[in-house]
Amino acid sequence: MRTLSGVDVLTVALMIAVPTVVVVGLVWGPALATVLLSFTDWNGIGSLGEINFVGWQNYEDATTNYPPFGPAIRHNILWLVVFFLGPTLLGIVLAVMLDRELRGSRIYQSIFFMPVVLSLALVGFIWQLIYSRDQGLLNEVLGLEGGARIDWFGNSDINLWAVLVAAGWRHTGYIMLLYLAGLKAVDPALREAAAVDGAGEVRTFLRVIWPVMRPVNIVILVITVIESLRAFDIAWVINKGRNGLELLSTLVTQNVIGEASRVGFGSALATIMIAISTVFIVIYLIQVMREQK
Amino acid sequence: MTATLQKEQLAPRPRPQQRRKPLRPARVVLQGFLILMAVGWIFPIAWAVYNSLRDYDFTSVNGYFSVGGFTLDNYIEAWSRGNFGQTFYNTAIIVIPSVAITLLLASMVAFVLARFSFPFNLTLLALFTAANLLPQQALLVPLFRLFINFELPYSVSDSGSLYDTYVAVIAVNIAFQTGFCTFVLSNYMKTLPRELTEAALVDGAGVLRRYWQIVLPLCRPALAALATLQITWVYNDFFWAVAFMRTGDKMPVTSSLQNLRGQFFTDYNLLSAGSVIVAIPTLVIFFLLQRHLRAGLTLGATKG
Repeated sequence: MRTLSGVDVLTVALMIAVPTVVVVGLVWGPALATVLLSFTDWNGIGSLGEINFVGWQNYEDATTNYPPFGPAIRHNILWLVVFFLGPTLLGIVLAVMLDRELRGSRIYQSIFFMPVVLSLALVGFIWQLIYSRDQGLLNEVLGLEGGARIDWFGNSDINLWAVLVAAGWRHTGYIMLLYLAGLKAVDPALREAAAVDGAGEVRTFLRVIWPVMRPVNIVILVITVIESLRAFDIAWVINKGRNGLELLSTLVTQNVIGEASRVGFGSALATIMIAISTVFIVIYLIQVMREQK
Repeated sequence: MTATLQKEQLAPRPRPQQRRKPLRPARVVLQGFLILMAVGWIFPIAWAVYNSLRDYDFTSVNGYFSVGGFTLDNYIEAWSRGNFGQTFYNTAIIVIPSVAITLLLASMVAFVLARFSFPFNLTLLALFTAANLLPQQALLVPLFRLFINFELPYSVSDSGSLYDTYVAVIAVNIAFQTGFCTFVLSNYMKTLPRELTEAALVDGAGVLRRYWQIVLPLCRPALAALATLQITWVYNDFFWAVAFMRTGDKMPVTSSLQNLRGQFFTDYNLLSAGSVIVAIPTLVIFFLLQRHLRAGLTLGATKG
């Protein structure tokens, strides 16, 4: 720093300022504006001067006077719980299995990783071929005929579960990959020491490896929560998030980009998403920034 | 741990010594389980590929559980009905500048964060890193209003505003992805030996030259990993174009999936072919550049 010339100071300032303006202007500024707008009755048409602050009115409307709200919250929570107990756990188990010297380990890894490169919207398309009522594979395999055939993506009692299977298919590989990278970084001496002490594989994992993997565990926790909250594409592609597939993300989108643009109300729903994600972003940052020192 | 982990992930990993243990029953069970899982995992994609290659008339008579009726016609028809020539072109218009500018902006911040010790470094890094973790809908309301109210002459934009333009989608993609790339790149740059830039300093090289001619070339492995990952992500992005574009002909491939549903709905062989066409670019990246993809993902998420 002592050797910075005037030109250099200007260069450094620009190198920081330009990206910061972009990120603050298009991410943090809008996020803050969302929170502020959630306390107003703005309909998006009038000038900003006509905005009235209405306190918690939008939140009250959402919780008491908006039928899709309850289902959306329940669906997001279910998504989260199922993702944890299903794909996330399975991804960890697969990673632990594939971390040892095993014939074909690389091939298995590649296969489980493959769906991760597909968009969730496309995953919805691909699974439609299995789930469709008339031409899908599943009904054919189950031997269902005529009226007994099930529209897996359309029936509001089960379509969320069908979507979770499809989305979990993609999530599992992601978690496996992250966990595997963490396991590879574990000091082999730890395992050897545990083996010398006569600990079995399960015991070694639970008592020795799991605690060392704490940073990766936190990352996986945060990623699973955030992905569950962000879930959107697949529900939107199937039916725009209606009829059994209501999610917070689809409700916000419906209220903002549809004809009836309810800015304040949509912002209140988005703010709920921001509030939940903030908790986990903070957890993530504490973890990551601790490692920076 | 950080430094060694990163180096290992970016260098081709030397094959572990093949000391095969004799097959024990536990191994057989494990292999059996993994084979079953792997077959199940690959099945949805294989099923789409299989049926995309078959004639609709054949499968409607014999059912999908059959063999035969092979043809490539579904691809030809899906390509034209899905307007893929246009949508792939639209995707390129969005992906190329988004990824290039994201990497440029991120590498600039990362360079400063890695090479100077300002008191605000950690705060800035947190500001960038967290930006990528917000739900996209958190930004939707103000950005939507901003783009609609940002008036442009009709000669520049058909909508008379930033709404329904590529600029809007590209700008948001850049802003959203820069944070993640900054995080990965600043960690990578911190592992580069300081002597390199200090030697250049003695030679009288300015900040810009140290950044562009010394540090950036050394970051090639990290930049390659991030570029691969970002191309996949921006290609796969569905939401921003759905939110900020209206004209069907301007939609990128992934976002136009919402319109294709109606187009292909009655003919599942066509739907299969359409799905495969959309999957091909990312699957090609997957098969050719898997190492970079994995490096990019794991560097960002499990650093440490």
